[in-house]
Amino acid sequence: MTYVIVGSCVNDAVCTEVCPVDCIQPAPEAGEFATTEMLYIDPDVCIDCKACADACPINAIYPAEHLPDKWTAYREINAAFFRQRMRS
Amino acid sequence: MKGDDAGALRVAIVGSGPAALYTAAELVRVGGPDVQVNMIDRLPTIGGLVRAGVAPDHADRRQVIDVYEKLARSGGRFRFHGNVEVGRHVSHAELLAHHHAVIYAIGASGSRPLDVPGANLSGCHPSSEFVGWYNGHPDHADLPVSLDCERAVVIGNGNVALDVARILLKGDDALVSSDIAAHAREALATSRIREVCVLGRRGPAQAAFTHPELLELGDLEDVSVQVDPAELASVDWRSDDFASTLRKATLETYARSRGVPNARRLLLRFMVSPIEVLGRSRVEGLRLVRNRLVNTSEGRVTAVPGERSDVLQTGLVVHAIGYRGSPPQGLPFDTASGVIPNCGGRMLDGPGGKPRAGQYVVGWIKRGPRGVIGSNKLCARETVRALMQDAAAGELPVPVRGGESFSTLIHARQPDVVSYRGWKAVDRFERQRGQGVRPREKLTRVDDMLRVARSVA
Repeated sequence: MTYVIVGSCVNDAVCTEVCPVDCIQPAPEAGEFATTEMLYIDPDVCIDCKACADACPINAIYPAEHLPDKWTAYREINAAFFRQRMRS
Repeated sequence: MKGDDAGALRVAIVGSGPAALYTAAELVRVGGPDVQVNMIDRLPTIGGLVRAGVAPDHADRRQVIDVYEKLARSGGRFRFHGNVEVGRHVSHAELLAHHHAVIYAIGASGSRPLDVPGANLSGCHPSSEFVGWYNGHPDHADLPVSLDCERAVVIGNGNVALDVARILLKGDDALVSSDIAAHAREALATSRIREVCVLGRRGPAQAAFTHPELLELGDLEDVSVQVDPAELASVDWRSDDFASTLRKATLETYARSRGVPNARRLLLRFMVSPIEVLGRSRVEGLRLVRNRLVNTSEGRVTAVPGERSDVLQTGLVVHAIGYRGSPPQGLPFDTASGVIPNCGGRMLDGPGGKPRAGQYVVGWIKRGPRGVIGSNKLCARETVRALMQDAAAGELPVPVRGGESFSTLIHARQPDVVSYRGWKAVDRFERQRGQGVRPREKLTRVDDMLRVARSVA
């Protein structure tokens, strides 16, 4: 199981501060942060602790199996971000 | 001076949008109860463009205000002075005289002008006014918007352009549950618009919109999103960029879709620029020129107008080609970049000039109108770090007047000042008016807001 960040993300990035396993990227310390459209959760690293979802000021993080209909595409989009990273 | 002011670092923040709130929260985070914040806004409401710019069907994003408002107040020394205009009720010099530091977080809420003949025709609106209209900003609530034509044209390729296109095509049912201004909800319910054409001057790879906004267009009910496959044929996509990968895939999906018969249309067109708004007394059409893309010596891709032009029949044109800040009275302003000259948030007396002691900037008026809501967090940290360093180095001017005398001054100049309690009364009133159907039913007149705010004064 994993949590998923959806398209309403505003890059507040408080989630990156509370994540115990640093699975939310790009973090503000990374150069990529300045231009990223949103943040993503690595499904292979996420330990399902819910800290990010509790901290998000705009409720843009959901458990993958409880994604509202309008956001279902983001399960794959979060995972794809990390796949593309591995390749590059 | 009252005892509770002794030893406090007194900071005035001008503006109450996301940059202002992130800054207030950051001041509390690093200064705790030693920092006293006076937040001043021209309107009786808190929120800036999160209230008046963020699209009404993106209500989840508005919640950022609630959280940072709480953080800003958590130090116990936060005061809001709404309905107070700097330069009118209180001068910059007076703010300085009452505070150790003054931070301008006034944003960039105007529009870059559309510089073509006919742009002043009735029916051609800058996005700042059109968005302000549907979001119930008191300055734009009376904008004469007519939706009685079949086609609307949105000029621009940023998220604001897509917001406007989406709102114009969003069905009544979807808007009923949003906090769109009542006058806009009513106007849209009887809209005759069947097609919205969004024009980008460069290609799909250079568009400023983000992928979530592009993808969301596909969720519009009974609307077919269309892209001419020919426009995607020769795009030079950046293969290493994740957002470009998503954008390409989504645009190709739209280009492949056959469209639903009788559906309304949202057409994304690229590499076209408006050259003239046509019409006698009001907008009747838009003359466009096809562009080609040229790589500049600085590595940018720029649009160069070609020979071919055509005319789109339309009765409504909204141009969303960028926000623009306006020069605050008596403060330095860099007209070329549209920002107050600064070095990492320290206000300078001119571009490349000397820092002005105790004067700072944050948000769009500091770095220009780009980035998302959360970009303000790092921006605010940088400005607050500069302020705290200056405080530690003893470089902040000592205010000549006590803290309480500021409130006295404000009340003398603007008897209709709205306190934090006053704003919360407006906030509660609007939420109650939403009756559980929508997050809130906004008040769109300052007088109405004042009447509600006074009920708790």
